[in-house]
Amino acid sequence: MSGEFHDGVVKALGDDALRQHLRRAMDSLIAKRLAVFPDQDALQELRRYGMAIRGNALSKLPQLLERFEARCEENGIHVHWAETTDEANKTVFEILQSHDVKRLVKGKSMVSEEMGLNHFLEAKGIECLESDLGEFIIQLAGETPSHIVMPALHKSKQEIAELFHEKFPDIPYSDDVDELTAVARGILREKFMQADAGISGVNFLIAETGTLCLVENEGNGRMSTTVPPLHIAVTGIEKVVEELADVPPLLSLLTRSATGQPITTYFNMIKGPRQPGEKDGPQEVHLVLLDNGRSRIFADEELQATLRCIRCGACINHCPIYTRLGGHAYGTVYPGPIGSILEPQKEGLERLGELAEASTLCGACGEVCPVRIPIPKLLNRLRWEGVRRDGTGETSGQGRRRKHSESLAWKAWSSLASRPALYRIAVKSACRFRRMLPQQLGPWTHVRKAPEIAEKPLRELVEVQGLTDE
Amino acid sequence: MNESRRQILDRLRAVSREEGGVLQRRVDRRVWNQDEKVQRFAECMSAVRAEVYRTSEVSWVNDLQRILKSKGAGNLLYAPAKAHGKLLREDLSSSGIELVPYDLEVERWKRRLFEQMDASITGCRGAIAETGSLILWPDEDEPRLLSLIPPIHCVLLRAEQIYSTFSEAIDIQGWADGMPTNALLISGPSKSADIAQVLAYGVHGPKSLVILIIP
Ligand code: SF4
Repeated sequence: MSGEFHDGVVKALGDDALRQHLRRAMDSLIAKRLAVFPDQDALQELRRYGMAIRGNALSKLPQLLERFEARCEENGIHVHWAETTDEANKTVFEILQSHDVKRLVKGKSMVSEEMGLNHFLEAKGIECLESDLGEFIIQLAGETPSHIVMPALHKSKQEIAELFHEKFPDIPYSDDVDELTAVARGILREKFMQADAGISGVNFLIAETGTLCLVENEGNGRMSTTVPPLHIAVTGIEKVVEELADVPPLLSLLTRSATGQPITTYFNMIKGPRQPGEKDGPQEVHLVLLDNGRSRIFADEELQATLRCIRCGACINHCPIYTRLGGHAYGTVYPGPIGSILEPQKEGLERLGELAEASTLCGACGEVCPVRIPIPKLLNRLRWEGVRRDGTGETSGQGRRRKHSESLAWKAWSSLASRPALYRIAVKSACRFRRMLPQQLGPWTHVRKAPEIAEKPLRELVEVQGLTDE
Repeated sequence: MNESRRQILDRLRAVSREEGGVLQRRVDRRVWNQDEKVQRFAECMSAVRAEVYRTSEVSWVNDLQRILKSKGAGNLLYAPAKAHGKLLREDLSSSGIELVPYDLEVERWKRRLFEQMDASITGCRGAIAETGSLILWPDEDEPRLLSLIPPIHCVLLRAEQIYSTFSEAIDIQGWADGMPTNALLISGPSKSADIAQVLAYGVHGPKSLVILIIP
């Protein structure tokens, strides 16, 4: 493991309170999801449908993006394209600048986290306030989201109470959730009123109608996209679906998989800016479509499945690794299984290829994914991409994780395994001299005993029992 | 900018894939009669702490008045140009609850809207039984913020306009042929579980959602 990830892991594993907190949170999310999918057959059917809808959209991605863009222009939404996060940030900044924006409110958006948008804009003197309660909390704490759906999942009630007390000393200390929520509501209402612009993410783009869809429970997304005179949405190019009729099944899969809700409080479908005669809504709506490596992922037939993701977080909630580490240890924008397939592809294997190794391949993520992304298979594929040397394929950093000692060991093994006589001798001597084999096997034996070799090879035991290898 | 657009689309187009099969779309419907739909809708709404009242054409204004009084609301934001708006003006004006029309652009009275409105009332375009959701298409007469800013949001719903699923509503109402500037599904009062996974209501939107069902 590299320094950064290694340190993150060590730190997370040393935090017992965090681990207990995560275990409880994940258990409850797992139970809630199960409860809203009472019928296994119906669930599997819906997952197949969800996969087909997303697969269909990706199979026509360039055409759908053009169709979507044309409809948006008709509806009065300005569409911008950005190759990189830097370009996306600059685009947003230029729009804000041309409207002389000083203060803005933000709805939750993982793509804006990917862009590091707040940081970028604040350096230019624009106040960015996160308005989703969870995002608001971590912004106060100067942290990053530890989960893609519940950004402040890692924080306990007491930690939040202390944080509020520290940041707003005038307000009496309370660790009552309703009171804390009321404090945030009061502060943010004022900000919604004053904001010159609102920034949001998007859950689905509909090519047929040129509509932006937002899923949320709090109403801050509606506030950010309705109250300020300017609305800028940022999202990835993969978010498009072909028809309006594709949305209800995906919405149902998304909310049920994410939080076990049959539906969220608000489903907000935006077609354009305020029309003549209308009394509210933004005067201008812009959408920034970000690539940032997605078109490269798109080029690989197998890895393209990564782009089916609807960001529900179910894979994260069911991941034994995430449940022990939490999101921050990964050191990436997207943690957990989805992060471990997405981030190495976006950032390159040389930097983040090790994330694909941070998995037991237990398969839970692939089983719960509402759009049936074969995450374990893709993790394996990325492990291979990290060591293959044939120079084909699209993944950046290919072959950069190859280790000389490892490849030597595998070579030795394969030459041994393809010579039966030699192999038998080797196994026999390993059994005979098993007590003389090393007991210290690097980090593995720091906390475990070295595996013991049996007295007799399996082959002999089986022969004694009269079984043959047919 | 246009250069990026071209580059991205070119890269996507350069990937040639075999045509996948045609996506078999289906409308998901349930065979529920109206009573079952009302029942299911009310159950889902109650589960998320919305209040559902079965009322009637003649008594809804009275019922509304009673509910608002019990919640201590002193005023009611409404859409004066809607049919229910006219009725409210006739029947609610002597109740002591001040009727406030939403007839100005938001910029002209933002602070009052945000700080002084106790409750609001809107109609809706129907509802969804499966998930317990109201369908709202805000428009010139009934702006978007009516259903978002005041802490109590009341909605008039006609029982015959409850569809079994979202997919059925989209299909029967022909949404794809023309969407409004903003279409909404509202499935309860505003809520969050961002603090220690404990549910709290009224985070940014209304804390109470009151639904009056008219048969
Ligand atoms: S990979 Fe699947 S389970 Fe994970 S966030 Fe994406 S859609 Fe959800």
